[in-house]
Amino acid sequence: MSTAAAADAPSMRAVPPNRLIAFYRSSIGKKWIVALTGLVMVGFVVVHLIGNLQIFLPPAYINAYAAKLKSLGPVLWLFRISLFAAFVLHVINTIQLSRMNRVAKGERYVKEATVQATVASRTMFYSGLILLAFIIFHILHFTLGWIPTENIHVMDYAPEAGNAKDPLLHNVWKMLVGGFRNPFVSVFYLVSMGLLCMHLSHGVESTVQTLGLRTKPLARPARYLSWGLGWAVFLGNAAIVLAILFGFIK
Amino acid sequence: MNLTLKVWRQKDSKSPGRIETYAAKNIPESASFLEMLDIVNEDIMHAGGEPIMFESDCREGICGTCSMVINGYAHGGQRGTTVCQLHMRHFKDGDELTIEPWRAAAFPVVRDLVVNRSGLDRIIQSGGYVSVRTGSAVDGNALPVPKKNSDLAMDAAQCIGCGACVAACKNGSAMLFLSAKVGHLGLLPQGQPERHRRVLNMVRQHDQEGFGNCTNQYECEAVCPKEISSTFITRLNRDYAVASARELLGAV
Amino acid sequence: MSTPDFRNVSPLAAPPTRDAATANGALDGKTPQGPLAGAWDRYRAEVQLINPANKRKYQVIVVGSGLAGGAAAATLSELGYQVSCFCYQDSPRRAHSIAAQGGINAAKNYQNDGDSIFRLFYDTIKGGDFRSREANVYRLAQVSRDIIDQCVAQGVPFAREYGGQLANRSFGGAQVSRTFYARGQTGQQLLLGAYSALSKQIATGGVKMFSHCEMQDLIVIDGHAKGIVTRDLFTGEIQTHMAHAVVLATGGYGNVFYLSTNARGCNVTATWRAHRRGAFFANPCYTQIHPTCIPVGGDYQSKLTLMSESLRNDGRVWAPAKKGDKRAPQDIPESERDYYLERKYPSYGNLAPRDISSRAAKEACDDGRGVGDHGLGVYLDFADSIKRLGEPLIRERYGNLFDMYEKITGENAYQRPMRIFPAVHYTMGGLWVDYNLMSNLPGLHVIGEANFSDHGANRLGASALMQGLADGYFVLPYTIGVYLASEGGKKLPKADHPEAAAVREASTGRLQKMLAINGKRTPGEFHRELGLLMWDKCGMARNRDGLQHALQRIPQLREEFWQNLRVPGEAGNLNHALDHANRVSDYLEFAETMCFDALHREESCGGHFREEYQTEDGEAMRDDDNYAYVAAWEHKGADAQPYLHKEPLEFKEVHLAVRSYK
Repeated sequence: MSTAAAADAPSMRAVPPNRLIAFYRSSIGKKWIVALTGLVMVGFVVVHLIGNLQIFLPPAYINAYAAKLKSLGPVLWLFRISLFAAFVLHVINTIQLSRMNRVAKGERYVKEATVQATVASRTMFYSGLILLAFIIFHILHFTLGWIPTENIHVMDYAPEAGNAKDPLLHNVWKMLVGGFRNPFVSVFYLVSMGLLCMHLSHGVESTVQTLGLRTKPLARPARYLSWGLGWAVFLGNAAIVLAILFGFIK
Repeated sequence: MNLTLKVWRQKDSKSPGRIETYAAKNIPESASFLEMLDIVNEDIMHAGGEPIMFESDCREGICGTCSMVINGYAHGGQRGTTVCQLHMRHFKDGDELTIEPWRAAAFPVVRDLVVNRSGLDRIIQSGGYVSVRTGSAVDGNALPVPKKNSDLAMDAAQCIGCGACVAACKNGSAMLFLSAKVGHLGLLPQGQPERHRRVLNMVRQHDQEGFGNCTNQYECEAVCPKEISSTFITRLNRDYAVASARELLGAV
Repeated sequence: MSTPDFRNVSPLAAPPTRDAATANGALDGKTPQGPLAGAWDRYRAEVQLINPANKRKYQVIVVGSGLAGGAAAATLSELGYQVSCFCYQDSPRRAHSIAAQGGINAAKNYQNDGDSIFRLFYDTIKGGDFRSREANVYRLAQVSRDIIDQCVAQGVPFAREYGGQLANRSFGGAQVSRTFYARGQTGQQLLLGAYSALSKQIATGGVKMFSHCEMQDLIVIDGHAKGIVTRDLFTGEIQTHMAHAVVLATGGYGNVFYLSTNARGCNVTATWRAHRRGAFFANPCYTQIHPTCIPVGGDYQSKLTLMSESLRNDGRVWAPAKKGDKRAPQDIPESERDYYLERKYPSYGNLAPRDISSRAAKEACDDGRGVGDHGLGVYLDFADSIKRLGEPLIRERYGNLFDMYEKITGENAYQRPMRIFPAVHYTMGGLWVDYNLMSNLPGLHVIGEANFSDHGANRLGASALMQGLADGYFVLPYTIGVYLASEGGKKLPKADHPEAAAVREASTGRLQKMLAINGKRTPGEFHRELGLLMWDKCGMARNRDGLQHALQRIPQLREEFWQNLRVPGEAGNLNHALDHANRVSDYLEFAETMCFDALHREESCGGHFREEYQTEDGEAMRDDDNYAYVAAWEHKGADAQPYLHKEPLEFKEVHLAVRSYK
């Protein structure tokens, strides 16, 4: 007879039946998924922006860049599928978290007040939803070409070094310029980029926090990084749209 | 000074509640907020009513019993202050104050401003300790602890378990509370043997109690009477991921 | 007499047991024979043990979850006993031990300054003005060292030096640095350590925790304590709990003064009800007045806030030398300040024990030299220390205390001296217990502040935490076995036992009676009136006339209480007014016994200062020939004078001496 085991609480021995699912279902596990998938998408947004900034160079640059990407073939599809998976996980988990959080808060205060939560942090769900709509529109628009703006899918780009046998390729430069000449489209893009700026300004800092990197000395730099990245993405993308809309690029 | 109070009244957990208005008359500026409520309650009782039920005990900011939201601010909005240490000199004559209980699904209202916070106890029971049997300890100085770690652990250990972090969180999350205990024990050598199991258990219990998630708004940190830093949540996130990875690999 | 006869024990109760009384009528503390050093070890070597498998068959009730109760519940459960633990707070983590600031003593001699078990023992006996039991105090000093080890192992973040070793500070009444501390929140950290141990045992199922449950009465069957009746303060539900042994760890009775440094909820109910069921109440007149509290503001004030005594390490206490000097402190030149502690007690100076420092402050104020609006205050000045050590170091040591002071008074103590005044803080008296920490009622054990045993007539700073944890972790878990091994074979009575049912009935009836009076005065008003009376007549200084006046007035107040009380609401719900009334009703009875004790003890010792018994220069005058005993009072029913039992105090290792800190 021994009572030695009495010193250990049963929970100290308990291991959940499926450890991966336990992680996925836990509050912090979900945050990790949101943070990691968010990080993937932030990376994509930054690369995407850098690529698109070639619009300010002669048309051949961006067209060649697009052609290069297309030529990656299966690798491109791997990127697309990964990105899509990240996107889906991000959306599903944030929707689940939001719902859980609404339930967890229960009855709201008659008189609400906020001390230091930023507007961006409190509107993540809504900025996220509108961005979701934007992304669908964006894919329909430029990737699939289902939104018929000017010169949407014109195949008249001839690579410089190409010989006559090469087929003509997609003129991305014309598509962009054509697309953003439409003021309705441009305004929608601008508004969405503004929301993306907000979303990133909280999202990047949150990622640093969730990944456990926001230590005391890094708390402030994380916030600056977050705002900086948000604004950089906004200004870069907005510059493209505005430059075309106001005819600086034609 | 004279004030108008709009106070949440609720007979018990099952009855619906509502805001009722009371006049607080001739309140001395040097009174604490709870002493102001004591005065109002004496008036209510003399007028034949039932006093406003609110919890308090030590009235010196350490026991963590007092709990109310004033004009939307948990503990009233003075930095690093529990409501029992909040003094009326911070208010103006004629102010209208809305006083509500902590709001979170995991904190059901018991009566008026009193809520049930036993969920926090259960989080601690799930692993917020070092399993050491009485009498089995080595000499205190046999276990040197770097002063820096000891001080940081103390920063976290100061948590009074009042639940203001949960009340202020837009998501009803208890992550600051949880991270303070995980941080305190995780920073000390004594806490290492159970470090991974502890964080896994405590996070799971936290979720099971119906507390929400942290969305990194740090309202908790702003109202915490002990000013516990949200960087303890950072540490918790890190610890949890490491522990989960180890659990996946069967190393916990 | 129209007071309802609730004071009477129910007719089924057996008469109080005389087990503890020896043939000549004196109480027997059952202390081990032989030299003090080694006595506890011999006791442990000889004490009867209970087989681990059998421990599981014993139910133990622990009332209170502070340092003593929490530690005892956790440790008893680790040993295998089935423990039920009760606290009136909504969580065991909120017990009032949490408010202790300064530190905990232990004879570790880590500072190599000559400390030892004997020195801690001697300091405690002397600090207690030679009114405590030698054997208990020696044991306390001995286990003090284990406490530190235990707490460190639990993860209590004690202050450390840069080398990683534990830091110490000095404290009132001692000339060595033996106090361990965790910033200004030592009590909190120690309590959270005990709470974590308790939480672990709750998780194992070894402890059943009943939060927000207040003990209403003790169930005594065949002369043995066998259970308690409780009320769930959230739901109003009355419950009966039976056990083989009952442990009270319910703290002190300082709130009899209404204003004290105790928490609002601290009460005498558990110990008083046990007293009415036959347990003797020992030395109730020994109350400690803490010298460094924030002065009283106005009559609405609900509590007094203590500033840790550790402040006296670096602060200098002074009052203006001239009467009625209303200048701001910085305008009073050095030559017109009276650093009265340094002047009167040059060797201990600002670290003179609590009772002496408190009385000196009172003297200065009575002399018209008090500061602040009401003239009830003296200065505690840090200017010299800030100059010597720098503000950052002072901030590191006492930052939270300075912040607290500023929150309450709106004054910055880094720039101007604090105003302080004594306030009721701790009560050395409590239920009488023997060396096993068992009261005269078999089965009823009393630990921590609730018992009387270790501090004599005055407690030294940083010793309450030590005693609570010593009792809870290291003493009671052994000594309770003595009772259980001898009485353990007896069956546990069921909750429907007629005596248990009668006690339950009485508890319910009492609450209903209070609700039905529907008079004009609130429980708070009665409490405040009683408190003022007690502070005035049985406070820092007492005299015969005042005590006799109080003894006349208290029964009147009690009678008025039962006729003119107003408690709105009902018993079947959360009802703070009812909780308060219930506690006040016990204070109204207890206060009388306290005054009897103060009146009968015709000497001045420690926390009991009788104005008639003082030396020419105002120092306390003990009377060892006639009063070197523990006064243990037996309840004799409604409005009857309690009966005095004496336990003579024998001093084998220390010599009775005039306590001098000059």
